[in-house]
Amino acid sequence: MTSLTLVRRIRARPAIVFDACTTAEGIAQWWGPDAGPVLFSESDPRVGGRYRLRFRRLGGSEHESSGEFLELVPPERIVMSWRWKGGVEDAGESRIEIKLRAVPEGTELTFTHALLQDEETRRGHEQGWTGALDKLEALFA
Amino acid sequence: MVNYQERLDRTFAALVDPTRRAILAQLEREDGASVSELAEPFAIKLPAVMKHLDVLDDAGLITRTKSGRTVTVRLRAQPMREAMEWLRRYERFWSTRLDRLAAYAENKEAETRRKGR
Repeated sequence: MTSLTLVRRIRARPAIVFDACTTAEGIAQWWGPDAGPVLFSESDPRVGGRYRLRFRRLGGSEHESSGEFLELVPPERIVMSWRWKGGVEDAGESRIEIKLRAVPEGTELTFTHALLQDEETRRGHEQGWTGALDKLEALFA
Repeated sequence: MVNYQERLDRTFAALVDPTRRAILAQLEREDGASVSELAEPFAIKLPAVMKHLDVLDDAGLITRTKSGRTVTVRLRAQPMREAMEWLRRYERFWSTRLDRLAAYAENKEAETRRKGR
């Protein structure tokens, strides 16, 4: 199982971050690959609802991101599938999980990107992951 | 031909186990160790070490060459590089996006406060 986790502290309350992650207006602001224009963005933020965004990169190529909301617990948890079209390769469907936790300065956001696989495999490997990555870095730094 | 995605899964699955990571770390220090040398630091039996070596071999992380009665184990760096590249690529990809998400949400927060909500 391959996954990547990033943590950010944001000076905004969880409800605002949640909307930024789920509404068409919000995702259009940050999901694009660079400062190129957003051609369209649509989102239906409910479980089973879909989102879709199309961008033109500064270099002129067009890219599309789309997926489905798998879990939505406002304002703390979002799970969605994600597919990226128009990149160097279509890496298949991924799973994105965003966890939001209220902290004194605003929100702590934990972002996890994982390849979509069956849940059992995912759970089995999740535990050992952080350690594995530390060692990986240490081995091939 | 095993595809890229499957190779990554195998690499990461192989790296999840602490004994296997310790074996790789040992091979980093002294490339070309025998199976018994590799087994030495561990409180486990030789067959268990052999099983770990099978997993590492399947993931392409090591190679085993037999000469007479001795099997020499060597590290293969390529799958590790691929795994690192996958992580680095998506780390860069999402890092820039999350920076923009943070900037956008922080503006929204400031706006909301100005409106006195």
